[in-house]
Amino acid sequence: MTEHDSLPPDRRDADSLPPDERDAGAPPDADAGGSGDDVPDAGTTGEGTPSASPGGSMSGAPAEAGPAADPGTSSEGATAEGTPLLSVEHLRMLFPIKAGLLVDRQVGQVHAVDDVSFALYEGETLGIVGESGCGKTTLIRVLVRLLDATSGAIRFRGRDITRSGRRELAPIRREMQMVFQDPQASLNPRKRVGQILATPLRLRGVPREQVARESRELLQRVGMAGDVLNRFPHEFSGGQRQRIGIARALAVDPRLILLDEPVSALDVSIQAQVINLLDELQDEFRLSYVFVAHDLSVVRHVSDRIVVMYLGKLMEVSPAEQLYSKPIHPYTQALLGAIPIPDPRVNRSRQRAVISGEPPNPINPPSGCRFHTRCPHATEVCRTIEPPLTEYAGGHLAACHHPQNVTAGEVAAATRSDQSPLSAGAEGPSLIAAGDGRETSATAPVQR
Amino acid sequence: MSATEPPLLEISDLRVAFATEDGTVQAVDGVSFTVSRGEVVAIVGESGSGKSVTAMTLMGLPRGSNATFQGTATFDGTELVGASDEQLRRIRGAGIAMVFQDPMSSLDPVYRIGDQIVEQIRAHERKISKAQALDRAVTLMERVGIPRAAERLRSYPHEFSGGMRQRVMIAMALSCSPKLLIADEPTTALDVTIQAQILEELRKLRDETDAGVILVTHDLGVVADIADRVIVMYAGRVVEQGVLDDIFYDPQHPYTWGLLGSITRIDSDRSQRLPAIPGMPPSLLSPPKGCHFRPRCPHAFEKCVEVPPLEGHVANRPESLDRCWLTEDRKRALRQVDGQVGLRSTEPVIS
Repeated sequence: MTEHDSLPPDRRDADSLPPDERDAGAPPDADAGGSGDDVPDAGTTGEGTPSASPGGSMSGAPAEAGPAADPGTSSEGATAEGTPLLSVEHLRMLFPIKAGLLVDRQVGQVHAVDDVSFALYEGETLGIVGESGCGKTTLIRVLVRLLDATSGAIRFRGRDITRSGRRELAPIRREMQMVFQDPQASLNPRKRVGQILATPLRLRGVPREQVARESRELLQRVGMAGDVLNRFPHEFSGGQRQRIGIARALAVDPRLILLDEPVSALDVSIQAQVINLLDELQDEFRLSYVFVAHDLSVVRHVSDRIVVMYLGKLMEVSPAEQLYSKPIHPYTQALLGAIPIPDPRVNRSRQRAVISGEPPNPINPPSGCRFHTRCPHATEVCRTIEPPLTEYAGGHLAACHHPQNVTAGEVAAATRSDQSPLSAGAEGPSLIAAGDGRETSATAPVQR
Repeated sequence: MSATEPPLLEISDLRVAFATEDGTVQAVDGVSFTVSRGEVVAIVGESGSGKSVTAMTLMGLPRGSNATFQGTATFDGTELVGASDEQLRRIRGAGIAMVFQDPMSSLDPVYRIGDQIVEQIRAHERKISKAQALDRAVTLMERVGIPRAAERLRSYPHEFSGGMRQRVMIAMALSCSPKLLIADEPTTALDVTIQAQILEELRKLRDETDAGVILVTHDLGVVADIADRVIVMYAGRVVEQGVLDDIFYDPQHPYTWGLLGSITRIDSDRSQRLPAIPGMPPSLLSPPKGCHFRPRCPHAFEKCVEVPPLEGHVANRPESLDRCWLTEDRKRALRQVDGQVGLRSTEPVIS
């Protein structure tokens, strides 16, 4: 058994994946490989081909799109820390609900992702957590353009890709790859491992005669024996299949990998192996990750910052440690309280706030704060006014009128984040919780 | 749990094998344990460890002609292994009830929830009228925390969320006041907030009815939350069993160390890499000779090619049993990895 732990870190050195090869033109025969089958969305969404379309033009390399390349975009988003690798501004994804026998009438909308803004910086791991139906999977499907956003903007290195066509997206898709939850469903059962890895390698411009060698190196890098190129996905266990999925994502030498519940289908002991592998790959290739999971303990282990979503909205955005040591939003507290700790003594001694009920229907979400129907601290203001995202010290954001674990001073020092939803009220928590006036209202005009 | 009372369920040397085209799969290989009234026994293990097959066998569910059973499982005086359909039918429901992992595939999508619960009640109690059964269904649904129960009797399973469906499954399992409830991964498909609610229901049920509960799970957090005793299974065998706290704070088997070491926790330091268990579980078609964990165990030595017996090795703790050849002192020394219980992460010694 080859273990990834035993691999020397310099296993894949100089010539294996030179980053500048990303700019090489696509091989002329690349589209003969039936790319639609090997790309990760097969069978899961039924629309779009996420991987690079193998058209000839690869000239629009993303690096040349400087910060704020697009005119007419807003002033917010990228700030002091330079251009984020990926930023999202007021992104909405609403799914129409149709009814009617002869004419499709739209009778409602599912608010899957509703005015979400955040940024991801180079080398960072952003965790996204929330219960099922909170929109976390929809969000990353929108990010890789498997779904087209209803409104809002997605920027990759400052360049707006929200409406880019296939050809424009091709070079970006080589930088932005996805690993799916179910490795069984996201690997084509009729293709051998060698073929699965060859397609993205050829797209990257690896000469045909080197593909096999590079495939073997990729497999070894993800902790598998290199001699399995002729096997089919069903011959592997779940953990190994997930490693193949990761190898496929790595094949195009991406900068950013979006991981949709990458370990939740795996056994615990295998989970730990895959998490460690992701950690090592990040260090080695300076990858950025967006890591979606419902398991808060896994997310804590891998993330630098964590986004908590509920019914399509951001509840809290926090540096990983702070989210657990000092959760501000009552929903985050409830989520953390619901997790049993695998330590009987700790488990018995801790106070747990178990929330009752279930998430409301996203077709008709609650007014004001979406969590107010289950929140133990909810008051009248929560029912009527949507709380803005408020920025507390240390880059900790929370959208709550009644923040927890913060002092009156911290509330007074907090400012309204420009990532707040457009529909949010102007008043941050300080006016309600602490009752003292503050100067930030000038920077936070009502945007109703 | 008085000492004189016989256990509710006593399993002794249970073996289940499935004949397949590729050979015989020994899914359960000599499993023995007991469950008493009012006790929650958790069976922990990875996929393929035989935990679900053990649970299913108690309900007489693996009935295929390719399955062979050996050993005994005595429930409340009745032998379950080799019982006739008629005998099993009498035990199912009022004796042993089961809650499955996936509530969507265990409810019939074309029948109303109420009708399914009523059918279950009337199948086991012929004398009860339909109206009485409906009343009972409402009471049961209220008891497991389904709001507006009377209205929701008329709903179909697809109108319920995953958590609500699992509550319906528990309500159905409770309909005949079982003495033993087998819950096979009851919360795996659910969100954490709903999981906490369902575990609370199970705990309440145990307290109110004094039923024994077998909880099959792979989640050690859930185990720590609700179990009284723990059985750790690996590749068809029980490798360790004991009282909850002993398993977590004084684990005897290297596999248990590895399990405890490889879990992510929301309350632990997150700086270091997770100590993972190397390799993969063996194929049950051709399990390794001797201890099944040997190929993955960094502490394996010559003696491990013989199957270790499930025995007590800890002084003054007769309820702690494990299958490992290492001496107790060696175990205490070897299991400390960076100040915590874990499995030293090196390549396996024998492969």
